[in-house]
Amino acid sequence: MADLETPEKLTVDLLAEIAGVSDLASLEAVRIRALGQNGVVTRLMKGLAALPPEERKAQGQANNAVKRAVSQAIETRKGALDAAALEARLAEERIDVTLPVRPEATGFIHPISQTMDELMAIFGEMGFTVAEGPDVEDDFHNFTALNIPEDHPARQMHDTFYLPSDGAGTAKLLRTHTSPVQIRTMMSTPPPYRIIAPGRTYRCDSDITHTPMFHQIEGLVIDKATHMGHLKGCLEDFCRAYFEVDDLPLRFRPSYFPFTEPSCEVDIGCARAGGELRIGAGDDWLEILGAGMVHPNVLVNCGLDPGVWQGFAFGLGIERVAMLKYGIPDLRTFFESDIRWLSHYGFAALDQPSLVGGLAR
Amino acid sequence: MKFTFGWLKEHLDTKATLGEVTDALTALGLELEAIHDRAAELEGFVVAEITQVSPHPDADKLKVCLVDNGTKEVQVVCGADNARAGLTGVFAPVGSHIPGTGLDLKKARIRGVESSGMMCSALELELGDDHSGIIELETDAPLGSPAADALGLGDPVIDIAVTPNRGDCLGVHGIARDLAAAGLGVLKPLMPASVKGGYESPVGISLDFTPETSAACPHFIGRTIRGVKNVESPAWLKEKLLAVGLRPISALVDISNYFTLDRCRPLHVFDADAIAGNLVVRLSAAGESLAALDGEHYTLGDGVCVIADDDGVLSLGGVMGGASTACGQGTVNVLVEAALFDPIRTAATGRRLGIESDARFRFERGIDPASTEPGMEAATRLILEICGGEASALVVAGAAPEPGLGLTFAVGDVARLGGLEVTEDRAKEILDALGFQARPDSGGLRVTVPSWRRDVACAADLVEEILRVEGYAKIPALPLSRPTALPKPVATTAQRRAGFARRSLAARGLVETVTYSFIGQDQARLFGGGGDDLRLENPISSALTDLRPSILPALIAAAGRNADRGFADLGLFEVGPVFADATPGGQALVAAGIRAGNVSPRHWGGAARPADAFDAKADATAVLAQCGVPVAALKTSAEAPAWYHPGRAGSLRLGPKTVLCTFGEIHPGVLSAMDVDGPVVGFEVMLANLPAPRAKAGKARPVLAPAPFQAVTRDFAFVVDSGVEAEALVRAVKGADKGLIADAQVFDVYAGVGIGKGQVSLAVAVTLQPTAATLTDSEIEAVSDKIVAAANKATGARLRV
Repeated sequence: MADLETPEKLTVDLLAEIAGVSDLASLEAVRIRALGQNGVVTRLMKGLAALPPEERKAQGQANNAVKRAVSQAIETRKGALDAAALEARLAEERIDVTLPVRPEATGFIHPISQTMDELMAIFGEMGFTVAEGPDVEDDFHNFTALNIPEDHPARQMHDTFYLPSDGAGTAKLLRTHTSPVQIRTMMSTPPPYRIIAPGRTYRCDSDITHTPMFHQIEGLVIDKATHMGHLKGCLEDFCRAYFEVDDLPLRFRPSYFPFTEPSCEVDIGCARAGGELRIGAGDDWLEILGAGMVHPNVLVNCGLDPGVWQGFAFGLGIERVAMLKYGIPDLRTFFESDIRWLSHYGFAALDQPSLVGGLAR
Repeated sequence: MKFTFGWLKEHLDTKATLGEVTDALTALGLELEAIHDRAAELEGFVVAEITQVSPHPDADKLKVCLVDNGTKEVQVVCGADNARAGLTGVFAPVGSHIPGTGLDLKKARIRGVESSGMMCSALELELGDDHSGIIELETDAPLGSPAADALGLGDPVIDIAVTPNRGDCLGVHGIARDLAAAGLGVLKPLMPASVKGGYESPVGISLDFTPETSAACPHFIGRTIRGVKNVESPAWLKEKLLAVGLRPISALVDISNYFTLDRCRPLHVFDADAIAGNLVVRLSAAGESLAALDGEHYTLGDGVCVIADDDGVLSLGGVMGGASTACGQGTVNVLVEAALFDPIRTAATGRRLGIESDARFRFERGIDPASTEPGMEAATRLILEICGGEASALVVAGAAPEPGLGLTFAVGDVARLGGLEVTEDRAKEILDALGFQARPDSGGLRVTVPSWRRDVACAADLVEEILRVEGYAKIPALPLSRPTALPKPVATTAQRRAGFARRSLAARGLVETVTYSFIGQDQARLFGGGGDDLRLENPISSALTDLRPSILPALIAAAGRNADRGFADLGLFEVGPVFADATPGGQALVAAGIRAGNVSPRHWGGAARPADAFDAKADATAVLAQCGVPVAALKTSAEAPAWYHPGRAGSLRLGPKTVLCTFGEIHPGVLSAMDVDGPVVGFEVMLANLPAPRAKAGKARPVLAPAPFQAVTRDFAFVVDSGVEAEALVRAVKGADKGLIADAQVFDVYAGVGIGKGQVSLAVAVTLQPTAATLTDSEIEAVSDKIVAAANKATGARLRV
């Protein structure tokens, strides 16, 4: 039938047919019928050989035009059908993006660790290194060397946990403060010193404001010139950096510790309004640490000449400063491992404090 | 230490205000704890008289009173039974804050009758619990004058914290001395008050000590006063005691309390008629006993300093008197004691017997040894004044210790240690005002320490005296100098690793906790501890007795508590110490964690997955990797401590001995002993065992040399006996051609249909990475043969067919 048709008529028919198909399979059927091995256009091309040479050129050109037009139409139509098919498939593939993602647990850093990191970031900037000592101490390092002789009332005030004496009869105890690290540092390395010693401390006391274990950070600066003025400057810089209050007022009050002389306690300014505590200039004070010039007896006990070496020491409670900065109301909750508390007061894993990058988010 | 402002002024001639005084106290190191200013609290409350009372028209129980408040008559509706015309009481005007109820008083209509103010009860004034009627004043005070004055509450109470070194400030006189030195006024000297005794005391006193124990009581003065009347104390004395919270008892008792508080000179008064024979001051023998003034019966050990008569112990020296010689209403003849007791022995006695008393508190901090005789004389005078009677001559046993430590003080030390420049004149002025005697000497000042300042023993102590009187606020703050412009890294490897462990575990979704270093003995035993050397001698509770051998029990217990609250799925970790023995080397830092319940909860995309041993292994491995340990080189062993499931736990080792971590399911028996539902998996990374990082010359990494040829992956399905460890198979595979095999990973484990009984199929993906040329088929085939042969040789593995 197609043999009878002119190339022009064939083109018009095929193009109409291509335009009419509605899916890729029908289009493929049209392509085979037109351009396949036995397709009408193919046969048309093959028929060229039977024509007289003078007709071939014109007929050939006409045939090629048919083939080109049909091929192009098929391509175009295929593109359109492909696009429509993709669109239909994608419409099928719709998901409910409001569904929740696969759950991942979120971890947290405990406020004590975070606060220790903050303290180390600040004191590190001031050139302090971190020293350590054991939790199980003996009388000498925890008391005697710190100018707290046996029967000194301060020993009783410390509410010490004792362990059985060792074979040599040395009383073992859990350190009641981080101060023995001062002694160990001074007895094992030569001066000068500029160290902090964070760690666990223990006292057998347990009530609303006391837990049998808590954390302290000890500071020690010993050289040939450091005096109370430096103590004030160092602790002012520290408190203002830690609490992130530039004009934080500090008050230094005379106090008493057996291992320092002169001794002081340090208060920071605060305001209490409407049941809320705000750290900063205000009408009230909060005690946050104890400090003083290292007692000459302590220096002598560690083999240093107090005529040559001098400096200050300080100690502060890590939970206490964390509670003040982060508004944590109850000391005991630090050690209860309540997942709700840990998640609420904890810090992000990547929240590594630094003075340059920021202490607390 | 509590005292009133008025009491202070008896020792300090001052024009300073209350606020100036309390600020100065804190600046001196006598920290203000509280001011209880009743006059300020009761401002506006006045003395008033009810002039007329008529019944309330609409309420039987209420009365309508007209009250004269000194300026006018006001109408007050009152429900008190004792409200009557002519009663003088305390009137609170509209707008007052009623301290006892916490309410603000408003003008009100009570059952239709206007009421402008209130007549107050004792409860409303916070003077007691009595709310049965309104308070009735017996006073000459004019109507309209401040009620606080009429109530004897006009004097504000100051409460200060006295540090243990300042025993001398446990008396008002000592506090006044400090304030005078700080420029707040002039200290009024204590008047000498010698009383001439008219007769020899019938009661003799002797000290019975050895030279070694004589410090227990070096000085004891007694005096008999006969014919006293133990009357009620005069108002001035009762008011003082009441103001600071002491209950007046009788003149003799109150006088001794007064001297304790006023000049830190504890005294004791015996009923002389109850003493059998003479007094001897000695150490107790074990088994002696005393019925003490507090109503308790104490059995003594040996070594307590006691005052005894022929019949036995009468009093615990410096701590508490006995009931048998207590002064009562009928006491006629008394023996007054003023003595000096040793601080250490006093503290030990008080502690051993559990007695807290004002006397103990002072003696254990050190009483002025020179105050014994002046105290006795002044007390005698006051007793004679209030109770009458006739004083004997003094009976003196022993003597006051030699006074006066002398120190040479270089005034430059104030600047050297204290950072504050002071002149020698100023230093001398301060020291003299504090009672030190300072005179210029060749080396600076020659300073004599006063008898009441036992705490001052060296130049640093004098520096503090001068600084605190000048004020710490005057010390200029100086920044700490920095040896270098930029700080140097300060953390040690161990400290950095602890941080890496924390933050990598938190990043993996575990929550950090901090638990006590001690646990219960039962738990310690479950986790390889419980030795006697790590058991506290004085634990605070039976659940906190042993230094922990492992962090896991506390974490497991915490998981149990959280599960009880409805949080069963969680991961917890802690980085902290564990203890193998009580030596410094017996403590080691460990990073331990647990996962309980599901690691991934139920989700629309899949089922919940409970935690298993591989979660714990992954956590532990992550910590090791973060700490720079070459994890691929570690050997996994199926050996794990007894608190793990014997078939589902292991350890990672470096070499045959060094255990870097253990991990696995917690033994179900352990969980059930701890009453925690399982499964729980856990791990412990022994941070102290990790190899030190290799010392390197610089921070540069080796050059990256990526292979230019494509890697090829081939899968091998091996069948092995089920006892064969996958790691052994993989190691054999990797060792088949180390130059070519870049990686081998187990990707499937199967046992069941198609696999023989007692056997398991392990499928391993092997990555071949050529470095010289792309692999040909025959090369691949050759290496495959080597892999199969090596696997077979090492583990008996055969290819699955």
